[in-house]
Amino acid sequence: MPIPIRDEPPSSPQVMNAFYRRLFPYRPFFLWLNQDQVPAKLFTHREFAFTLAGDVYIRYNSFHTADEFKKEVVRLNPARFEIGPQYSARPRDRKTLAAGALQPQRRELVFDIDMTDYDEIRTCCTDKKICKRCWGYIAAAVKVLDHSLRETFGFKHLLWVYSGRRGIHCWISDPAALDLNDDQRKSLVTFLEVIKGSKEQSKKVNVRGSKDEGDLHPALKDALEELKMSFVKLCLQDQDCFRSERGWESLLAILPQDRDIIGPLRSQWQADPGRPSDHKWSDLVSAVAVLKKNQYPLFRKFEKAMEDVVLQYTYPRIDAEVSKHRNHLLKAPFCVHPGTGRVCVPVNPDLVDEFDPDTVPTVGELLNQLDNAPSEPAADVTRRIEDYDQTSLKPYVEMFEKHVAAILRDSRGAKRAFKEESMDF
Amino acid sequence: MFRPSTRHNLPSSSSNPALEVKLNKRQSGVGSGGPSSRWPYRLNFYDHPPTLDITLEEFETFAIARLRVLSHIETLSHRSLPYSQIASGITTYTKTHLPLASNTARNVNLDEERRGDEIGHWVLRLAFCRSPDLRSRFVRSETALFKNRFETDDIHERAAFLRSLEFDWQIVDESEKSIYATELRSCMNWGTKDDQFKAESWFKVPWYTVPDLVGGRRVFIRAGMAYVPQSLPISLVLQAFASRLEKALELTAKNLPRLDEDERLGPVIDHLASSFLSGLGASDYQPVEGNGSSSVVTAEMVDDVARKHFPPCMKNLYDRLKRDHHLKHFGRLQLGLFLKGLGLPLDEAVVFWRRMYGATMSDDKFNKEYKYNIRHSYGQEGKRANYPPKSCQQILTSNQPGTQDSHGCPFRHFSPENLTSFLLTSYPQLDRSGPEMREILDSVKSAHYHVACTRVFEITHSIKKGEGLGNAESVSHPNKWADRSRELEKEVLDGIKKKEDGDDMIMD
Repeated sequence: MPIPIRDEPPSSPQVMNAFYRRLFPYRPFFLWLNQDQVPAKLFTHREFAFTLAGDVYIRYNSFHTADEFKKEVVRLNPARFEIGPQYSARPRDRKTLAAGALQPQRRELVFDIDMTDYDEIRTCCTDKKICKRCWGYIAAAVKVLDHSLRETFGFKHLLWVYSGRRGIHCWISDPAALDLNDDQRKSLVTFLEVIKGSKEQSKKVNVRGSKDEGDLHPALKDALEELKMSFVKLCLQDQDCFRSERGWESLLAILPQDRDIIGPLRSQWQADPGRPSDHKWSDLVSAVAVLKKNQYPLFRKFEKAMEDVVLQYTYPRIDAEVSKHRNHLLKAPFCVHPGTGRVCVPVNPDLVDEFDPDTVPTVGELLNQLDNAPSEPAADVTRRIEDYDQTSLKPYVEMFEKHVAAILRDSRGAKRAFKEESMDF
Repeated sequence: MFRPSTRHNLPSSSSNPALEVKLNKRQSGVGSGGPSSRWPYRLNFYDHPPTLDITLEEFETFAIARLRVLSHIETLSHRSLPYSQIASGITTYTKTHLPLASNTARNVNLDEERRGDEIGHWVLRLAFCRSPDLRSRFVRSETALFKNRFETDDIHERAAFLRSLEFDWQIVDESEKSIYATELRSCMNWGTKDDQFKAESWFKVPWYTVPDLVGGRRVFIRAGMAYVPQSLPISLVLQAFASRLEKALELTAKNLPRLDEDERLGPVIDHLASSFLSGLGASDYQPVEGNGSSSVVTAEMVDDVARKHFPPCMKNLYDRLKRDHHLKHFGRLQLGLFLKGLGLPLDEAVVFWRRMYGATMSDDKFNKEYKYNIRHSYGQEGKRANYPPKSCQQILTSNQPGTQDSHGCPFRHFSPENLTSFLLTSYPQLDRSGPEMREILDSVKSAHYHVACTRVFEITHSIKKGEGLGNAESVSHPNKWADRSRELEKEVLDGIKKKEDGDDMIMD
C-alpha cells in the first residue's frame, strides 16, 4: 500500500472532485458507451447509478449529452458509479412511465472475476488482500476467457478493466453482444462456467456428463491445454497448493476413491508433511502410470480426474449472476476504487501476466503528478493537451481510445452498409 | 356469429372467395379422414390467424380445453420431475383433453381436431397478451406443448412440416466438416461410429439461436457459429416457435385496445386469463391459518423452533449463521423468507438478524446495509412486493450456490460425504450404517431430492414410511415441513394435556 502523497485518505471528496474535474476521460468514455458521435439511445437511455459519500445510492440517472453527464458527476462527486443497460425509455423518466414500461434492452456483455472466489485455493493472501502472486489466478482466467470469447463466440471488442482491488471486469461491445437477451446470456455463461457447487461440495468440476466419463467439449479441451502450463507454474510451484494437510486432503477428495492409490499416497505424504506440491503431483502421476498396463479403465478414470483437477484449480471462476441479466449494474472503467484509491484502468489481455495491481496509479499519485507538471499553459484555456497526458494515466487512456476507435470504425461501417442497402430499392 | 380475427395481422374478410372455397372444402372433408389443404400437417406454427366463422360456444370451449392443457403443463414442469416423466405426462393428458392425430390416423376427423387446436390457440393469445408475465408464461407452456407434439410426431410428416417452414439454415459443406472432424465428433455424445459420423450433416447457425444447446455444451461453436447436427434441429425449431409467438403476442397486445370489441367476448377473455392465474397461484406457499398469536414466532423462539422444526436446508443455513455470524445474500434471502413464512414479524426479524450478526458488525453498518433488505423482503421497501418463501423447486433450480455460498438444498448441493455427516450431526435420530441412511443416499443419487428429504422427515418424526407430510404428500416446500412438524408437536402436546386434564378429573 503506497503512502498517500497528499494528506487526505486515498479517495477523499476533495481528491475525487479534482479527479472528476481534471482527469476522468469523458470523451472516450462517452464514445465507448454510445458507439457514435451523436448521442444515441445507447447513451441517452442508459442507466447510471451513483454511490455518494455515506453510501447513498442513486439509481436510474440518465443524460442527454456527455456534457450533462460530466456536470452531474462533478456536482454529485460520487465515490464511484456504475453502468446499466439501455432501457426502452429514459431511465430518469421512470416515475412518469406506466408500470413495466421501463425494460432493459441492450447492454454490453460483461464478466466479473473476483479473487474471493479463489480464497479456497490461494495460499498467499486471504479476504480483501491481493498481491502479484495471486494475480496469477486472474491472469490465467483472463487468458482462457479472452481466447474463448474471441475464438468460440467470435467477439472482437473486449475491454478488460482492473476493478481497483482484487478482480477484473470484461466489457464486450460488439453489436451481437449488445443485442443478447437474458436467456442467451445465461446460456453463454452456462457454457463457460465449469466450476460449480457450494462450499460443501469437494469436486466442483462436473463437465463430462452424468457418469463423469465423457470427453471434454472441444472448447474446454483448448482451455485445458493452456491451463496445464499455468497449473504447474501457479498451483504447484508458486502457490504450492498441496503443501498443507488441508491442501492435499482436498486434492485426494476429488480423485476417484480407489484405496490402492489414495491410501499409499496419503501415508507417504503424512510421513513427509513438508513435501512440496510439484513432488506430490509427480507422486500421483507415477502412481497412476502403474495402472496403465493392467487396469486401463481405472487409468483413464484417473487421467480424466486429474484433468478435472487442473480445471478446478485454474479455470476462470466467473461471477455468473453479473453476466446473466442485462440490468445488472457494473462499476464503470476509470472509476476510483474507494478503498484503495486505485483507478480502474484497462488491462491488455496479452500482457496480463505482467500486470501488477500494485503499480496501478492511485488518484493521489495522479494529482501529485499534475501538481508537479510544467504549468506554463495553465492560463491558456484553448490548449489541446488533456490533463491526463501529463500523468501516468496517459498510457491507459490511450489504450482505451484505441479500443473505442475500433468500435467506432465497425459501427460506422455497419451504418454505411445499412444506408447503402436502404438506398437500394 | 363473429370473427375471432384480431384484424391487424391480415386484411381478413369472410367474403373473400378463396376462403369460402376452403371452408367448403372443410365441410365436404368431414368424415373422409384425410388432411385438407388448410391443415396439411399436424404441427402448426400458427402464423396465420383463422379467418373462418365459428360459434360463440366453440370460441369458449376450444379455449378452455386448451387452457386446461396449458395449466396442466405448467404444474407438471413445476414439480421438478425428470424430463421423460413430464413428457409422458403431457402426452397422456393431451390425448384425452386436446387430441391431435397425425395424417395416417383413421376414423378421426382430422380437420375438426386441427380447427379446434388452431382456434383455441388464437383465442388464448387474446387472453394472454396483456401483461409481460402472462405472455412469457403462455409462450413457455405453448412451446412445451409444441415440443411434445414435435417429438411424438411421425418422422416423415415432421420432415415435411419442417420443409414447409422454409428456414434458411446454412448447411456445413464436406470440406468444413473434415476440418472440424475431431471437434464435431467429440460433441456427438451418442456414439461415434464412423458411418454414423459420415451420414450426419450439420447446420451452421449463430450460437444465440440455440441457447439450450449452447448452455448444455452439446454443440461445437467456432467464431460465433454453432454447428447443429441435423438430428438435433428441434431446439432451432422451438426457438423459432417461441420467438415468433412472443413477437406476435406483443403486437396483439398493442392492437388489443383497437379491436372493435364485441361485448360478448370481453368477459370470456377476462375469465380465461384470470383462471389461468389462479390455477398457478396455488403452487405458492400459503401460510396455514393459525389461531391468532400462537403461530407468531419471536426472535427468542427461533433457536428452539430451529432445533425442532427446521428442514435440512434451513438448519444448515441457521447453523452457518450461528457459527460465522454471516450469510451471503441468497442465504439470507432463503432463510429470511422462510422465517417470514414461519410467522416471524418484521420487527422481530430485524431483532433476530441484528442478534445473529452479533459483534461482527457495527449497528451503523447493519442499519445501512442489511435492514433495508430485511424490510424489502417483507414488502416494506422498493416495489413493495410481498415475496413468498422459496419453494423446494426454486431452491433446487434457481440461483445455484457459488463456491462460497451456503444456500441451496443440502441433498442436491452437498457432496455425499458432507451430506452424511451433516445429517448425522443435525438429526441424531439417524444412524450412519442404518438402512434408512442408505435409502436416503440412494434417493439423492438418483436425483429424487424431495424423496430423500421426505424420508428424513418421516424418520425424525417417527412416522411410518410413505406417510410423508400426511396423506403421502412429499416435501415440496420448506415451510410445509416446518408447519407439519409443529402441527405434529401440537398434537402430541394436546394429547398429553388431555391426559393431564383427564388425570385432574380423576383427582377431583
